[in-house]
Amino acid sequence: MKQVTVISGKGGTGKTSITAAFASLANNAVLADCDVDAADLHLILKPRVLESTIFHGLKIAHINKDRCIGCKKCYELCNFDAIDEDINLITEACEGCGVCAYVCPVDAITMVERESGIAYISETRFGPMAHARLNTAEEASGKLVTVVRNNAKMIAQEKKKELIIIDGPPGIGCPVISSLTGVDLVLIVTEPTLSAIHDFDRILGVAHYFHLRAVVCINKYDINTENTKKIESYCNKKNIEIVGKLPYDSVVTDAMVDEKTIIEFSKGEIAERISKMWTKITGKLFN
Amino acid sequence: MIISIASGKGGTGKTTVATNLALSLEGVQLIDCDVEEPNANIFLNAPIHERKEISVDIPKIDKTLCDFCGKCSEFCMYNALAVVPTDILVFPELCHSCGGCKLVCPWNAISWDKRVVGLIEHGMADGLDFYHGLLNVGEIQAIPVIKALKRRITRDKRVILDAPPGTSCPVIEAVNGSDYCILVTEPTPFGLHDLKLAVEVIRYLKIPFGVIINRDGIGYRKVEDYCQKEKIPILMKIPHSEKIANLYSNGIPFVTELPEWRQRFCDLFNKIQAEVKK
Repeated sequence: MKQVTVISGKGGTGKTSITAAFASLANNAVLADCDVDAADLHLILKPRVLESTIFHGLKIAHINKDRCIGCKKCYELCNFDAIDEDINLITEACEGCGVCAYVCPVDAITMVERESGIAYISETRFGPMAHARLNTAEEASGKLVTVVRNNAKMIAQEKKKELIIIDGPPGIGCPVISSLTGVDLVLIVTEPTLSAIHDFDRILGVAHYFHLRAVVCINKYDINTENTKKIESYCNKKNIEIVGKLPYDSVVTDAMVDEKTIIEFSKGEIAERISKMWTKITGKLFN
Repeated sequence: MIISIASGKGGTGKTTVATNLALSLEGVQLIDCDVEEPNANIFLNAPIHERKEISVDIPKIDKTLCDFCGKCSEFCMYNALAVVPTDILVFPELCHSCGGCKLVCPWNAISWDKRVVGLIEHGMADGLDFYHGLLNVGEIQAIPVIKALKRRITRDKRVILDAPPGTSCPVIEAVNGSDYCILVTEPTPFGLHDLKLAVEVIRYLKIPFGVIINRDGIGYRKVEDYCQKEKIPILMKIPHSEKIANLYSNGIPFVTELPEWRQRFCDLFNKIQAEVKK
């Protein structure tokens, strides 16, 4: 079984539209949306949920005010500023370490399970999908990404799927690293803007840090041909293959509004270029 | 006054709004809190004259005192310590610096080591007080870097915080405590879906907020319908324009080329200020 993650560093470069198009093109794949705090892939793939499991992230402190004697030890020792001076818990700051419960002399604090989100296993018109929803103001998105990836692997084994296509989150931090570790190929989607180029450099650093093979897609390459040349020469210098260059096309937004993949929506140039890119990617994964 | 700029979805124009707003006003402190992918200084080119490494505490074990009892690893919720019969291992990248291991150790065998996770930089650009942070590549914990940035807030200035995308911990750390939040979105299904998530977070944090629609003209009208229904003010619409997109791609804040927008950003600020003082 192979795994490919679509990533970008900078948000809004077209990861999800491209991943959805790949879903259209892949024959025997499981889809995994690892952008658990702002997931969008389901808006196009319209999954029918077969199974949902509550995700318990980190635990959370629960303060029994009737027992509290106001010694403030918990307030003094919490390194996350999650307890205020009047000994109220600041839910969104608590990282569930358990120090407060440990130091409380009267056992007024207990660590309890915390519902941090829901993980889904679903069916789409392109095959099975693993995805999730992190609850409002919750922590541990990296852990939830791991749950999604494990679900995807489980489905792939059960249904004898040969490939997992992962839509990654923006950034370079915790959930991104969870989306990347151990995959066979990383597709970095960038665009010819100075911001995206800057972010491309950092996400490439992350891919290299974890010894992952990376290839590049330049989206909207025609909005600034000078910058596209910069990306090309940079990739050339670093010996990174550019597997696709996609033009700016309003069809991408039109397809999204119509809740279809670009491949379903259009037979035009951009659809053709994505197909070619997909052939290259599968060639790299399976040859 | 502190105004934070957030979005849910990435790439909707947070940094565009943050930098153009900052350049249209006087007495501004702009802090780029997207420490994973900071972009504001691409538009400001503020010369950096101060750099500070940000480190977190990680446990350092004195193995002459440790008897490998395992209490620390049992306590650690993050699996950052592993004790085997004759040794103890620390996994620094998993440590959240809660301090629990040191508290539970019966032999005082644990002290603190510093581990650098990123840095913050300070610069000035035409009177604009600028900060940003950079999480080191391969690090998972953006929070300590964001916290360090927020300690530099100068309250009597007009503080603008550029937040990271998403809705989870780094966003909350960045926007929490601000007087007003601008949510930047685009009029597409992804934009709307993630806007709704961002609205949930900002309402949860009880911060007054309004919406800016960027790339107005693409996609559909449902974002406006949603805002109307939810009684969320639409503060500004930035049109989908080749000129603006091109300036963005070259790292040029569009108010420098389209000066009529300076007044619009000033009006926006005044509107927000009036709203906050209410």
